[in-house]
Amino acid sequence: MDDLKKFLTDKVLLFESDTLLPETEKVLENIRREKTDKPVVYLSSGTSSIIAGSEKTWSVKTYLEENSKDTELVRVGCNAPLSYEPFMCVQLPGKNKLFFRNITEEKVEPLLNGIFHSDISGEDLVGQHGNRGFGIWQGIPFIDELPWFALQKRVVLANCGCYDPERIEEYIARGGYRAFIKAIRHYTWDEVCTIVEKSGLRGRSGGGYPTGLKWKQALNTATASRYLICNAKESDPGAFTDRTILESDPHRLVEGIAIAAYAIGATTAYVFLRKDSPYALRKLKNAVGSAKDYGLLGHNIFSSGYNLDIIVRVEPGAFVCGEETALLSTLEGRRGMPQLKPPYPATSGLFGKPTVINNVETLMNVPLIMQNGPEWFRSMGTENSPGTKVFSVGGKARLAGVIEVEMGTTLRALVGDIAGGIREGKELKAVQMGGASGFFITPENLGLQIDFDIIREKGLTMGSGGFIAVDDQTCIVELVRYYMEFIRNESCGKCIPCREGTGRMLEILDSVIRKPANEDSGTTLERFKGVMQLESIATVMKDTSLCGLGQAAPNPFLSALENFREEFEEHIFDRKCRANVCRGLRTFSIDVEKCTGCTACASKCPVNAIYGTRLQPFFIVEEKCTGCGICFDICKFSAIKVK
Amino acid sequence: MSKDIDLILKKYKPGRREELIPLLQEIQDTNGHLSVEAIVKVGLFAGLSTTKIYGVATFYDQFRFIPSGKVSLKICNGTSCFMSGSKALINGIREETGLEEGQTGRDGIFSYEITTCMGGCHHGPVVSVNGEYLTTVKPEQIPDLLKKLKFIIEND
Repeated sequence: MDDLKKFLTDKVLLFESDTLLPETEKVLENIRREKTDKPVVYLSSGTSSIIAGSEKTWSVKTYLEENSKDTELVRVGCNAPLSYEPFMCVQLPGKNKLFFRNITEEKVEPLLNGIFHSDISGEDLVGQHGNRGFGIWQGIPFIDELPWFALQKRVVLANCGCYDPERIEEYIARGGYRAFIKAIRHYTWDEVCTIVEKSGLRGRSGGGYPTGLKWKQALNTATASRYLICNAKESDPGAFTDRTILESDPHRLVEGIAIAAYAIGATTAYVFLRKDSPYALRKLKNAVGSAKDYGLLGHNIFSSGYNLDIIVRVEPGAFVCGEETALLSTLEGRRGMPQLKPPYPATSGLFGKPTVINNVETLMNVPLIMQNGPEWFRSMGTENSPGTKVFSVGGKARLAGVIEVEMGTTLRALVGDIAGGIREGKELKAVQMGGASGFFITPENLGLQIDFDIIREKGLTMGSGGFIAVDDQTCIVELVRYYMEFIRNESCGKCIPCREGTGRMLEILDSVIRKPANEDSGTTLERFKGVMQLESIATVMKDTSLCGLGQAAPNPFLSALENFREEFEEHIFDRKCRANVCRGLRTFSIDVEKCTGCTACASKCPVNAIYGTRLQPFFIVEEKCTGCGICFDICKFSAIKVK
Repeated sequence: MSKDIDLILKKYKPGRREELIPLLQEIQDTNGHLSVEAIVKVGLFAGLSTTKIYGVATFYDQFRFIPSGKVSLKICNGTSCFMSGSKALINGIREETGLEEGQTGRDGIFSYEITTCMGGCHHGPVVSVNGEYLTTVKPEQIPDLLKKLKFIIEND
């Protein structure tokens, strides 16, 4: 192992020329598993795969041992749609890599038996990986031609799912850390900032602030020490991009952090990781540890005189900590409450020192920019927003997962073509972009291009890249209530507009989806007035809240009201939920034909609204019914109907 | 127990406020919760009053001050799981166990918490039982599931 380390250090990392020696390339090809003389089985191992059962699929190992097959088994990150998890790739010597989906424990044996006897068939086969000069499997489609892979531009995610994220050697063999070495050996701090500034890279956390400019601000503040913080908090309740990146390609993030820290002259960098992601934590710690082992972090890195230490911190669980100043408070060991800006962290941040806070995706771009130059980066995307953007597509999309597209792609292409529209043939009602503080976008407006300026002009935000496809079976009002409840729970309580506003908004939304106590027109009017007040509360919160959390909290509501006003009105006046999800508004009736009189519903009804004689059809007294739905859930004969 | 805390404290330097949260996290990882004893010890060690430490710890969701149940459930309430019906699931668990989020029953068997996206968006709603994942859980499965888990714990 030490030989390999020495080889990689001398012949790759410290090799002066950009093109490596041919004999070095040959060794690297082997490490990259491009030329193998034995079969290789790749198995996905991210959190999403583990949820889908990949730990059990690990029985591949026992199979290979029992059948004494000389085969390499590699755990890789995720690059496929979540519905394909757990996936498995098999590469036979000299042949293209085959891609199989949904390989659960019981499928392992028949599948591998087939492959080792060259019998490739079955519905689990997705296709073969693109042509790299290997033998082509006849009659098997190329996965690079599937919309999911073909329409994405994978730059940030290029390495995801291709290599073992726990081995730094594989990352170095893929060109890793050479950008960092180049930076510390040949460029000054200022030059690195200028390169990044020229590339036009903008912060991927939603604001779109030019990264190079931010770095320069910190660099130009005279001080004894500066800090770099990688914000991997990923607050959005429906987003998982950062975690997928950390689990699939942690080394590039470490390299990005190292370059960024060098650019601002920081000797300590923090990674602020979200809780509940033990696998990401393990892989990140491993990546930092092996980088230290290679001398890429620590004291006097490769005799350049530059020192850097990366400290991994796990966020203790508060949504608001994703906000810059609150994040700083948490790192300082206080309650994570936001502070007034300015001063901005770039001039006075952690411990009062200049601090740059970048998110994971931004930092993932940095090594590529250093390696390929700013012009290369500018060649992708649009004039004002070069590069790509990663989204975590979820909700009812047919193919959910982490998707990377070039800036300038339309939202329609993202949800319609790549994610394949909506599951089970339902209609797309809206997409929700930007997480709990994002906006609803109707299908008519999906022609919008992904570009920081265009999105901002429309008054929208990309947020951290959460992208939820909403189908017509989902009630918008309830979804808005869900976001509001989330924000209410996570409001830190420092400023009044947010603390009180979120609570009141939730109360009003609750009254909209609940059955009123009495049916006179007065209550309807009150509720209508409530919704009117919602709008004014929302405006006040937007104008007066201290931090982004409160300012953006009303966004889902305001955009839903704008686009789906009739649905709110239906809830208020007709007390109807067209998607039939709002429990409080449902009324039930019993199908006389189907009811067997088993009394199950009547005995469970909490308000005794169901009457009848045993073995005769029962009936529901509508005035008494609260719409709780217990009878609906309990009936074994589907005799209870929602009106 | 108190020995464990002493061992952990030895790894840290006193007087460094920024290490307070990692310290509390490590104690919680070892003991499962932050006991009064632990908070007092940390206070003496860090030179902070216990109220300050409680002030910090109660702000964050991660810290709990009572032991968690033998069966610790985590229910994903990310947007995708919510759309697949995690709310009914949470209500079902609440009714069945009679507990609120973060509480532990008197028998010490169950406790549950609600988390944001776990990453199983296509397989929602996702529930994690002591770290093992169950996918596409339906509310009607909850009573049987809890009975089964209780049976396993009681006969263990």
